[in-house]
Amino acid sequence: MAVTGYAQKSFGWAATDTSGVLSPLHFSRRENGSDDVTIKILYCGVCHSDLHSVKNDWGFTKYPIVPGHEIVGLVTKTGCDVQKFKVGDRVGVGVIVGSCKTCDICQQDLENYCPKVIFTYNSRDQDGTRTYGGYSDIVVVDQHFVLHIPDNLSSDACAPLLCAGITVYSPMKYYGMAEPGKHLGVAGLGGLGHVAVKFGKAFGLKVTVISTSQKKESEAINKLGADSFLVSTDPAQLKAAMGTMDFIIDTIAAVHSLAPLLDLLKMNGKLVTVGLPDKPLELPIFPLVLGRKLVGGSDIGGMKETQEMLDFCGKHNINADIELIHIDYINTAFERLAKSEVRYRFVIDVANSLARN
Amino acid sequence: MAKSPEAEHPLKAIGWATKDTSGVFSPFKFSRRATGEHDVQFKVLYCGVCHSDLHMAKNEWGLTQYPLVPGHEIVGEVTEVGSKVEKFKVGDKVGVGCMVGSCRQCDQCTNDLENYCSKMILTYSAVYIDGTITYGGYSNLMVADEHFVVLWPKNFPLDIGAPLLCAGITTYSPLRYFGLDKPGMSIGVVGLGGLGHVAVKFAKAFGTKVTVISTSINKKKEATEKLGADSFLVSRDPEEMKAATGTLDGIIDTVSAHHPILPLISLLKPHGKMVLVGAPEKPLELPAFPLLSGRKLVAGSGIGGMKETQEMIDFAAKHNILPDVEIIPIDYINTAMDRLGKSDVKYRFVIDIAKSLKLE
Repeated sequence: MAVTGYAQKSFGWAATDTSGVLSPLHFSRRENGSDDVTIKILYCGVCHSDLHSVKNDWGFTKYPIVPGHEIVGLVTKTGCDVQKFKVGDRVGVGVIVGSCKTCDICQQDLENYCPKVIFTYNSRDQDGTRTYGGYSDIVVVDQHFVLHIPDNLSSDACAPLLCAGITVYSPMKYYGMAEPGKHLGVAGLGGLGHVAVKFGKAFGLKVTVISTSQKKESEAINKLGADSFLVSTDPAQLKAAMGTMDFIIDTIAAVHSLAPLLDLLKMNGKLVTVGLPDKPLELPIFPLVLGRKLVGGSDIGGMKETQEMLDFCGKHNINADIELIHIDYINTAFERLAKSEVRYRFVIDVANSLARN
Repeated sequence: MAKSPEAEHPLKAIGWATKDTSGVFSPFKFSRRATGEHDVQFKVLYCGVCHSDLHMAKNEWGLTQYPLVPGHEIVGEVTEVGSKVEKFKVGDKVGVGCMVGSCRQCDQCTNDLENYCSKMILTYSAVYIDGTITYGGYSNLMVADEHFVVLWPKNFPLDIGAPLLCAGITTYSPLRYFGLDKPGMSIGVVGLGGLGHVAVKFAKAFGTKVTVISTSINKKKEATEKLGADSFLVSRDPEEMKAATGTLDGIIDTVSAHHPILPLISLLKPHGKMVLVGAPEKPLELPAFPLLSGRKLVAGSGIGGMKETQEMIDFAAKHNILPDVEIIPIDYINTAMDRLGKSDVKYRFVIDIAKSLKLE
């Protein structure tokens, strides 16, 4: 059941069953509390997680679900204890809107790993209700989980940074990949992958895109600035590149074998997986043991690091490559996303297309 | 035409070898090279029986060159040194582990990681720089480049200590490299065999709290009372495993049989690390969610470089860390291999070469 009894009326698009088809939904959001800001949403990125969630691919969706966790908007209200923002500020909200704030993990600015983390949508909020995401007109968020957007970034094109950006930035820092001159492989060239290429180049790395699709080569090299491109279904190309990469960011959302990717790593190489296939990956052990290689996971990032990432993008003028759509295109957009037919993120022009009935 | 094993080198040697995938051992005459200017020749006193020896005897990994003389936990006494050898003299007690050569020039070698050199030469069943096949420690005599020989600490038992040359370094290296050696950390050891029991001993010596994870409740008493583990988990008991969710900083997984790793990943705290040192042949299933949602990692590790191997032996001698062994004569080896195949040993066989293998 949609939450309707709260103080602030809200309107968005929601999925109501595993078909994943979205349609308009009226609901409500809490009154703006002392630590909260209310945000009029301008744009919201369409993340592949939104698609997994509306179809309940991961098994924990509760319907109705209003997805969207790459939100850019303008502050319309601020609570009395809010210091960091004022009305009219351009802000962002990403994947999380709450955590316990007191545990060791939160104290280390790793709210995303807090056992009590609250996600922007499809999560149990502190009052027991479900959270609703950015495919809607407004959102009310604790200031701790709201981000400043650097002035030079475009409101629409920076929205995907709030999930895709931090998802690749965090492991690139944590696993020591920001070392100029080293060689990074980016597996998968979609929403996550294309941002990883941009960050890789900004870190001074040599970047090779690894993809099943030869068609993406020209864009990868000429538009995104990758140094080389490898078709992963071509055994000869894989063989020639064996043992050449220091790191790989694996953004592939489908189930796949890690064996060919592990072979591309040098000794002591690191593969970090940030895609979330719904079934386990195949992990051969011999390459790990014989080459002391590792496979690590990473999941978005904490609030401090997300702001650091946005500031880094401001400094290096990094926006995502997007296709702007109206909200009523969303079902078609999901179909195209499932076939990877987007360069490289859809962004919903919420302010101009989401009209209350 | 290639020379026969007996004729290819000037020094007569005897060992026990397998000739085919049956893996059955019998006496074998062969020869060793003359002591080169950088070589150390030593009389083998003891040799540990590693599970890898069994895998190789039966050619389970497809790498075996028959006739195979395995053995890479070799200790002995120096009988001759080459003219340019500086680290060793006749009479020294020494050891040789899993490798006897590497390129010595690549990034890995210059960082004391010879074990990760792409041209690393294994102690047995590998092609040496002179083109001949290497033979291991189930034999009376070894000749090895001094770089790949470790000096055995004084007063440190050779017979019991031999398995450290593979089992020891294999577990010591990842505990150090992955930072799982800090006092107070909680470390899990999966599997209680040759590798596992040594991992427990090293982890305790580092001041960590150790949990042994095993499929068999039978091993609990030994683990906690004899080896000093702080706790024991039966991996097939869902309740026990659930209660231990998110409690371990690291896990050393020594199991070489195919097994599910999801339950083990769940035992890790966020940012926890699981290191596999057993090598299951077939790929394992890696669920992405648990890895991502806790920023955990799964890694592998294989033995260690020579510098670290010497460091490990010296550490073991200083802290009196010794494997638990069953000493056997060479002619027991076939029975020992059968028992090893059923994990029927506490926890390593060691062949008393000096007493049981005679050159006729």
